[in-house]
Amino acid sequence: MKQEEVNFAKSDAFNLTMIPSAFARKLRTCVIFQLFRFLVINIKMLVVVSKSH
Amino acid sequence: MARLIVMGGGVSGHTAATFAKKWLGSEHEVVVVTPNSQWNWIPSNIWVGVGQMTKEDVVFPLAPVYEKAGIDYRQAKAVSIHPEGKADSDKPYITIEYTGQGKAGQTEEITYDYLINATGPKLNFDATPGLGDGNGQLGEHTVSVCTADHAMHANLELKQIFEKAKTQKQKILVGTGHGMCTCQGAAFEYIFNIEHEAKKAGVRDNLEIKWISNESFLGDFGMGGLHMKVGGYVVSSKLFAESLFAERDVPWLIGAHVNKVEAGKVHYELLDGTTGEEEFDFAMLIPPFAGVGLKAYDKAGEDITGKLFAPNGFMKVDADYSGKPYEEWKASDWPRTYQNPDYKNIFAAGIAFAPPHLISKPMTSVNGTPINPTPPRTGMPAGIIGKAVAHSVCDLIKEGENAHLHEASMAEMGAACVASAGKGVFDGTAAAMTVYPVVPDFEKYPGTGRDTDYTFGEIGLAGHWIKHILHHMFIYKAKLNPGWTLIPE
Repeated sequence: MKQEEVNFAKSDAFNLTMIPSAFARKLRTCVIFQLFRFLVINIKMLVVVSKSH
Repeated sequence: MARLIVMGGGVSGHTAATFAKKWLGSEHEVVVVTPNSQWNWIPSNIWVGVGQMTKEDVVFPLAPVYEKAGIDYRQAKAVSIHPEGKADSDKPYITIEYTGQGKAGQTEEITYDYLINATGPKLNFDATPGLGDGNGQLGEHTVSVCTADHAMHANLELKQIFEKAKTQKQKILVGTGHGMCTCQGAAFEYIFNIEHEAKKAGVRDNLEIKWISNESFLGDFGMGGLHMKVGGYVVSSKLFAESLFAERDVPWLIGAHVNKVEAGKVHYELLDGTTGEEEFDFAMLIPPFAGVGLKAYDKAGEDITGKLFAPNGFMKVDADYSGKPYEEWKASDWPRTYQNPDYKNIFAAGIAFAPPHLISKPMTSVNGTPINPTPPRTGMPAGIIGKAVAHSVCDLIKEGENAHLHEASMAEMGAACVASAGKGVFDGTAAAMTVYPVVPDFEKYPGTGRDTDYTFGEIGLAGHWIKHILHHMFIYKAKLNPGWTLIPE
């Protein structure tokens, strides 16, 4: 069984949701990808901040 | 010379006082009344609670900052408001009781021309038997991360649990300690930081970590949840919250009103009316919030607290308090100027203003117990409201009573929020989110109530970096260091 699929079997509630794949989890802490996301998130937040003042 | 008194020195009060002093200059007087000697960046308390920061990292002394700014700082708690003055004077005033500055216990009257109530919440631990100690403080059975001192204590208790977990199973319970709590976000951050630290300590396998909250669905956060565009879909925050809990092996108990806490055990009632118990070795339960208990009196000394304040102790402002049913709620129910309707020189900002109603759909158990999150008014909205109110007061002082009042409706402003799920420069993660607007407007945005172009969320290391940067940025700003006004609220 793939590691990311183990928790599906632990409860009915877990079984009915989505769990990220190993690839998706890796991207979360991949420094190069996250540097890009850092820029994107900051731009999005600045837009919301500017609309709120 | 006019005098503005700001009651409270938290995010909203500090923002209001510092901007007001900057705009008013030395021609007018700004007084801050707060019982605390230190300013606390509360969002980082969760890192103190897992030993990743110290108390000194999240607080700094207020006195030197206010001295630098030219603000008259009184370390005292506000006791009462007298908006009509007293028998021999029409000048409105407040009474305060000192908690420091060598005058602890002494009382004093301070007159004002304008008053901003930014007193924040009372942590109402005693609303749940056993959660408090009966004297309004945190009880002995659970811990809290609401203050820096609470978080330090939580960390000490947590370390003991981690030590025990090296040889035996331990159970951790985190969430809300009453059916009418808000601030689920802090509990959310704390539970995932505990989980992250447990993995690092090599004790995760011996820890059962469980969530208990008053939300009717995971991801409600007191805002009725939010919808985001992801992978070509518009999806509810419920799906993403459940996904994170399942991924990290954290089961949940939701729609729960914790009605009693004992040593190692909580008693709860669920929305379906069933009751139950949950045992724990370590529990962090957020208390419900209430107003700080300010009283108000008219010129004759008659109690008019009910005129200025809602029954929950928060101050009435320009909101619709008619108590209409959920189906008739509108974005326009929410306040715009935060001016008290009866006394035009009084404003309330941040948590201190009384919301017109919930944001989440109201829920009641089949036994009639209300179980729903109350509206969050912390962080970015608190800062923006504090600044808008300060702007209004400054204009009233400089231009007269017909000056335009500045507006900051939570139904027209967005909020950026970063919820930590574990601290670490290269292995940390956080959910970075924005919502626009905070209070959904179903007339303007039918369907989700929000603009999905500006409402998003994602979890990753970038979010952690942002939360860490915000920690330093907002403490820098609050210390009024050079360029502080350039950092947005």
